[in-house]
Amino acid sequence: MAAKKLDKNSLEHSLKRLEEIVESLEHGDVPLDDAVNLYEEGIRISKECAEKLKSTELKIKKLSKGIEGQFTLSESDEE
Amino acid sequence: MSTEKNVVTITELTRQIKQSLETSFPRVWVEGEISNFKHHTSGHLYFTLKDEGAQLSAVMWRSRVANLTFPPEDGMKVIARGSITVYPPRGNYQIDIEQIQPVGIGELQLAFERLKQKLAAEGLFDPAHKKPIPEFPERIGIITSETGAALQDIRSVLSRRHPSVEVILVSVRVQGAGAAEEIGDAIEQMNRYGGIDVLIVGRGGGSLEDLWAFNEERVARAIYASKIPIVSAVGHEIDFSIADFVADLRAPTPSAAAELIVRDRTELLEDIGNLCYTMRGAIDTQMSSFRERVASLLTSYSFNRPRDLVREFSQRVDEFDRSLGLSFNHIAQAAHQRYDSLRYHLQALNPHGVLKRGYSIVRKEGRIVSSAHLLHRGDEAEIQFHDGTIGVQVEKGK
Repeated sequence: MAAKKLDKNSLEHSLKRLEEIVESLEHGDVPLDDAVNLYEEGIRISKECAEKLKSTELKIKKLSKGIEGQFTLSESDEE
Repeated sequence: MSTEKNVVTITELTRQIKQSLETSFPRVWVEGEISNFKHHTSGHLYFTLKDEGAQLSAVMWRSRVANLTFPPEDGMKVIARGSITVYPPRGNYQIDIEQIQPVGIGELQLAFERLKQKLAAEGLFDPAHKKPIPEFPERIGIITSETGAALQDIRSVLSRRHPSVEVILVSVRVQGAGAAEEIGDAIEQMNRYGGIDVLIVGRGGGSLEDLWAFNEERVARAIYASKIPIVSAVGHEIDFSIADFVADLRAPTPSAAAELIVRDRTELLEDIGNLCYTMRGAIDTQMSSFRERVASLLTSYSFNRPRDLVREFSQRVDEFDRSLGLSFNHIAQAAHQRYDSLRYHLQALNPHGVLKRGYSIVRKEGRIVSSAHLLHRGDEAEIQFHDGTIGVQVEKGK
């Protein structure tokens, strides 16, 4: 499995972007067209974030090392 | 005689002994070896503490057993704190133990201090080296025992606060021989695996010996070398482990670690809601300010100027048009007049006009006769009037 960077879909990235958008909109120095685009982007991001936070069941996976040094993920024994 | 002897009942005597002993030794520290250890079904512990010269019965009540940080057993050298009590039914005295710890704890403490100083000198605790804990970790690595209380605690906190996170567990032994090695390896394994935002390394509470793995150099160095930020979560709130000093963040307990690294989902959703609200307000304000600007522009002098200009222009065009019409008429009239006068002149030159006025043209053999000398008696000629030609014969010539 490839290493995950702070990609554009991460919650952290999304929330930072949302904050940026709100900040620029509050400053009010954005041209109207851009402001409308920013607003639409903000709404989209907030929906995505909320979607991400919706999951209600905690997933725990167990990481173990295989014979050749590769990793395997397995479901942890749930209580 | 016998009545003079101060006879007391055994009960009374024992009461006095009890009082005397118990007030004399309300709290003692005593060192000895455990023997005859019994864990009674009632939950109380009974054993004997002894050294080369003497022995002392000991009891530890169930309520205090719960606080034990190690399992006592026969042959173990311990230091116990307690009060001397007398048990009248058996007529013996014993120590009522409040606290007990194995001898040798001093050595562990010493090792702890030595390692702490060494690692501190090397800069392993340097705050500058500490990595920030990500604000919104989505993939959390946990290194602890799969069967331990720590995992359950972390699980329940995460489930409650932020179940959308993903948890990757590497199960290790958290006490006993080889535990430090396993923990160190697990930290390295997590780093090699990658994609993990933050690591919790820890276990639930226990005695200093139970927690010892987290005081070992192997673990300290693995934490220091980790690229993933590490939250240590070892045992009790009060005691610090070496791992706590090296970790990027120290949590007092595993539950606290989970609390520290994930934001509460409900709070987050509220925050997002507030951001949306602010954003909506900001754009509304901006829109209405734009609307106002448009409205004021619409009524502004400058904006209406072009329309006025257009009107002015059209008026001027009308004027031009009118004057153009006038000029044209002038020219046309003049031309007409000239034409009339020219025509008049032309008419004056037309021989037919002369004929009309009463002159006539005489032709002989088709040629105009312009002199009387050219005609002789008997010549035939033609006379052209304005309305016709007649033939004539000359009767009298010159």
